[in-house]
Amino acid sequence: MEGAERKVFLINIGLAAYIALTSLLVYWFPRSVSAFLLFQASLLMIYYAPIARTAKLVFSAAVLIVLMPFLGAIEGYYLEVAIQIGIFVALALGLNIVVGFVGLLNLGFVAFYAIGAYLWAIFGSPQANAFIAGGHFPLAAGWFFAFLAGGIALGAITGVLLGLPVLRLRGDYLAIVTLGFAEVVRALVNNLDKPVNLTNGPRGITPIQRPPLFFQPLLDAIGMHREPAALYPIYFYFLVLALVLAVIFVTRRLEDSPIGRAWKAIREDEIAAIAMGVPVVRMKLLAFAVGASFAAGVGVLFAAKQGFVNPESFTFMESIGVLAMVILGGMGSIPGAILGATIVTILNLQLLKGLSLWLNALRQSGEMLVIPFLGSFDLSQIPAQFEPAKYERMVFGLILILMMIFRPQGFLPPSQGSAALTRKGGQPAKPAAGK
Amino acid sequence: MDFSSGIFFQVAVDGIVLGFMYALIALGYTMVYGVLEFINFAHSEIFILGAFVGAELLLGLEASGALATLHPAAVILMIVLAGMLASGLAAAALERIAYRPLRGAPRLVPLISAIGASFFLQDFIRFIESLWRNTFYLNYPTLDILDQNLTLGAAVEIPFKSVLVIFTALAMLAGLYLFVNKTKLGTAIRAVAQDPDAAALMGIPVDRIITLTFFVGGAMGGAAGVLFGLHYSLINPYSGFVPGLKAFTAAVLGGIGNIPGAVLGGLVLGLMEAFAASYLAVITNGAFGAEYKDVFAFAVLILILIFRPKGLLGETVREGA
Repeated sequence: MEGAERKVFLINIGLAAYIALTSLLVYWFPRSVSAFLLFQASLLMIYYAPIARTAKLVFSAAVLIVLMPFLGAIEGYYLEVAIQIGIFVALALGLNIVVGFVGLLNLGFVAFYAIGAYLWAIFGSPQANAFIAGGHFPLAAGWFFAFLAGGIALGAITGVLLGLPVLRLRGDYLAIVTLGFAEVVRALVNNLDKPVNLTNGPRGITPIQRPPLFFQPLLDAIGMHREPAALYPIYFYFLVLALVLAVIFVTRRLEDSPIGRAWKAIREDEIAAIAMGVPVVRMKLLAFAVGASFAAGVGVLFAAKQGFVNPESFTFMESIGVLAMVILGGMGSIPGAILGATIVTILNLQLLKGLSLWLNALRQSGEMLVIPFLGSFDLSQIPAQFEPAKYERMVFGLILILMMIFRPQGFLPPSQGSAALTRKGGQPAKPAAGK
Repeated sequence: MDFSSGIFFQVAVDGIVLGFMYALIALGYTMVYGVLEFINFAHSEIFILGAFVGAELLLGLEASGALATLHPAAVILMIVLAGMLASGLAAAALERIAYRPLRGAPRLVPLISAIGASFFLQDFIRFIESLWRNTFYLNYPTLDILDQNLTLGAAVEIPFKSVLVIFTALAMLAGLYLFVNKTKLGTAIRAVAQDPDAAALMGIPVDRIITLTFFVGGAMGGAAGVLFGLHYSLINPYSGFVPGLKAFTAAVLGGIGNIPGAVLGGLVLGLMEAFAASYLAVITNGAFGAEYKDVFAFAVLILILIFRPKGLLGETVREGA
């Protein structure tokens, strides 16, 4: 007993020391990507460390609520990265319900995200004046929270409306139909600037109202006056964090409920689930609605954060990016979706961009690269086309293929495991005729 | 409404050209679906790969000066064959690398791998082209003969390239029909599509036949790619995606797994799209125009899958897990 307690105590100390050290590193080297990566890794360590739940909560809170905003105040870019990660974590958790829990491949997930984003974009900007007379728009910032709720509801409604006709389809057909749906939504958004200008077409909508700074009088009262420009990044960080926590909470409660068990029963064997009395269609619709409402809610927040939306943000590639996140982490696994979203976002925002910058630096150095036996190359001749940041699709594609071949259950598979993914040779590639 | 015969005829020709293009691409989807019940999502990139190989060969011929000395028919034959070979080999290689290890896994697993392959190939083509030319937008060199018009009767002219597409596609379809129905290998493909287990018991090497199916379907896609490049001139690694999706729609429309169905579906979709692009603005009084032709195609897909999932000519789709 004594020894085990000592060990846990030492782990706690070690973890605290690691967090403190990496925070200091980020503080000292605000430009270093590796320092920030080490700092981000502390969350993963907290998740894995064999320590008490309360200790984990305290450490996570220290990292997410205290250290991250503090470091973000020093180097704003990190806050931007954290906000992006949060947005994708929420999206990945939403898709995880549909793909991971129920096993329905939804390739048009981004459509719901777009619906949420455009909902606030249209009414939170002067855009709505184009079709509602009276000049009431943009709506006051205070409406933001109402529209966040409204976006979540609208997402659920569109999820059900799409789901009703298509959920009878088999898995691969469903995938293509949802993809078609997303393309239709994008085409509508792209073209509905006439006959009535709803979406302003490819030019997008800007400026979009930001959420209200309802706490500013409070800050002023305690003598901490800050300009809105300084407040917004941290404010958005906390809004995204709150949304992610809410999404995690809802997902966990659903997973452990009869609904979650019904979903997994459908995933494992739909016919058996029907035989056991699971209302399959209703459960699938519910999953579609919940996933879609998460995406639409994130969309509202995204529009408010960016201040600008256009159809380019809602391409098929976004859907595949979110899918890659879910698959990387492990379908049906909440920590997996979080990990996947974090890895893919960091890969995109930090590693690929970092490599591109490095390549540019090499090109501009004007030095020669000498490879024995092969001769020397002028580094300034590296074509600009090679910037790794431009090869997102290749990265997503490789993630999907390699994960499917070598680790279909993902890096953090759900604890109960899913027979639908790990079963080998259990099902013939093609069921015999007449089955 | 302007349904004057000249325009009507032109639109019909455009629709048929588009339709044959979709038909050739759709064959790749439908043949693979026939033997494996699997949507080869990366087929759209196999298709555009053919367009790139054809363009590179044509550009090479132009640079070496051989283009001026060769007969245009020989040039077109060469680039179509090169596109077919490259796409066929790529499709077969894709099957070996990304799909075969996943055979026997649940349905979603190979589909996700295929989506990954599609994305990977888009950027891979871009990478190679960037390495080679420092750009990834290619313009097909013009062949003089393709810019001429064939005059039929009074006010009707057909661009020669449309005639080329239609005749090449017809020749390919006839060849495929003979291959599938009259040769031993074609019989083997049909046998595997009908029942792989029984086919294996009859001594048919199922794995090799599946690879062959990918090769043949890929080659059809490659030919379509070259024709696409010759007809529309500008290609980039991402321009295969939307035609691929529409060709898949055509395959579903005709009844997936059904070869004549793919041709019928392609033609119907091509004609509908061409007429929608030309007449949607007229019918809706200018409210909706040609920009909705993609929406139109996807709406067709969704409606067919909902109301007649077996397609126009399809057999009943078997219920799988």
